[in-house]
Amino acid sequence: MNSFLATVRRDLLLAMRRKSEVLTAVFFFVIVTSLFPLGIGPEPALLRKIAPGILWVAALLATLLGLPRLFAADHVDGTLEQMALSPSPLGLLVAGKILAHWLLCGLPLVLLAPVLGVQFDLDASALGILMLALLLGTPLLSLIGAIGAALTLGVRGGGVLLALLVLPLYIPALIFGAGAVEAHIAGLGAGGHLSLLAAMLALAVFFAPWATTAALRVALE
Amino acid sequence: MQWHSIDEFFAMGGYAFYVWGSFGACALLMFAEPFLAKRRLSEVRQSLIRERLADELELQQKNS
Amino acid sequence: MRQSIIQWFKFGSPQSFYPLAGRMIPWFWAAAIAFGIAGLWISFFVAPTDAQQGEGYRIIFVHVPASWMSMFLYLIMAFWAGLGLALNTRVSGMMAQAIAPTGALMALLSLWTGALWGKPMWGAWWVWDARLTSELILFFLYLGFMALQAAIDDPRRADKAGAILALVGVVNIPIIYFSVKWWNTLHQGSTINMNKAPSMAHTMLWGMLLMALCFWMYSIAVALTRVRAIILERERHTEWVKHAVA
Repeated sequence: MNSFLATVRRDLLLAMRRKSEVLTAVFFFVIVTSLFPLGIGPEPALLRKIAPGILWVAALLATLLGLPRLFAADHVDGTLEQMALSPSPLGLLVAGKILAHWLLCGLPLVLLAPVLGVQFDLDASALGILMLALLLGTPLLSLIGAIGAALTLGVRGGGVLLALLVLPLYIPALIFGAGAVEAHIAGLGAGGHLSLLAAMLALAVFFAPWATTAALRVALE
Repeated sequence: MQWHSIDEFFAMGGYAFYVWGSFGACALLMFAEPFLAKRRLSEVRQSLIRERLADELELQQKNS
Repeated sequence: MRQSIIQWFKFGSPQSFYPLAGRMIPWFWAAAIAFGIAGLWISFFVAPTDAQQGEGYRIIFVHVPASWMSMFLYLIMAFWAGLGLALNTRVSGMMAQAIAPTGALMALLSLWTGALWGKPMWGAWWVWDARLTSELILFFLYLGFMALQAAIDDPRRADKAGAILALVGVVNIPIIYFSVKWWNTLHQGSTINMNKAPSMAHTMLWGMLLMALCFWMYSIAVALTRVRAIILERERHTEWVKHAVA
């Protein structure tokens, strides 16, 4: 458990030294969501309808931006090999790195989402649901994305390939995440969507670090 | 048998474009794919045979 | 028992699998052609005109088998990939790699014929129907698998990375299908149904079954041809390849 926390702390510290990388993803999220009303028009009813989908797609793409860096730097300087050889299980260290990625790339999106939701004329309760859905969904994105990041580690054209591998796997998160807000706005209640998101998150917490570890070992061979 | 003439068969009750478009695409791709797979196989074989001949020539030159 | 296990492992080596595949390919071609002729005969000359959809429904005789095959082939690909990961047999990874393009082709054919079926029936080339959408995602999964394998130069690493991706995909396909279905029912109350099951005549079922068998045999024949090419490409520096290709 100590090694897990140490990994999280280390990755956060490293990211704090290079703030621009974290901020890029956040700015991307803000700019992309702000572009849509400009492209579509300022009609509040229309914006309210498309808001969940747009915020979620922007969140998918923003988390994708940070993924190639998840293991790349550690792979280049040999830290990753040290981790694989260290006595503490690699899966635990990988889980720590994924958590750090979420804290850096996912959590800011959750906190920013209500501000951006206001641009789309969402009311307070819908904003709450949006935050809750993102809170459950963004860790799922980080977990699934980590598998893709490990598979494409050090591979030609890794960034684009990563998007091709990971985006289809993001679809359930997108459907239930955006669906939760839509269902709430439509007055159907978001409970079902949120619990399914939570179920997928539980599944991913269990399997994704394991699959990521296997993929990393393949990359390190 | 519900077709009275060859024209009727090809007209497919007005759905000719859709039916023949589907079956045609399947036929085309299912001819093209094995063709490409076979060409890939024969290309490797050709290059292997060339390599072998080159090796044999080299051996002969060494011996003579 | 032990003897038979050893036999199986023997065929797990490229050296003995290469000639075996070569001997099997003509048989699968013969079966594919025989099933194909029978299936086409039923689909064009035996199956009656559909009362609601006219002659346009005959598209299902290629659409449904292509969709089935695209799904089966992903499962089989993942099976070989998993086997390769678990037992470390070399042929398994090559099989997975050989199946992927055929699977992608089947997914593409399913989408294409689905569009041609949808235009006269629904009035649109593309409808966000749960099955069509899942098929599209499956096509993307195939493309991802092929792109990943193509991007990694070391074949052993490509095999293993592809295997992990295929297994992750297999876990995800039911989740994706379920979520797309949920999304579909939530967003459009209209009941678009691809196969009107009750009206499906016996002859139609037979036609589809025969065509599906034809597609099966075709897929096996092509995958075996491709796996032979892959074996030679990868093992080109070994002694046995030099003797096999004389």
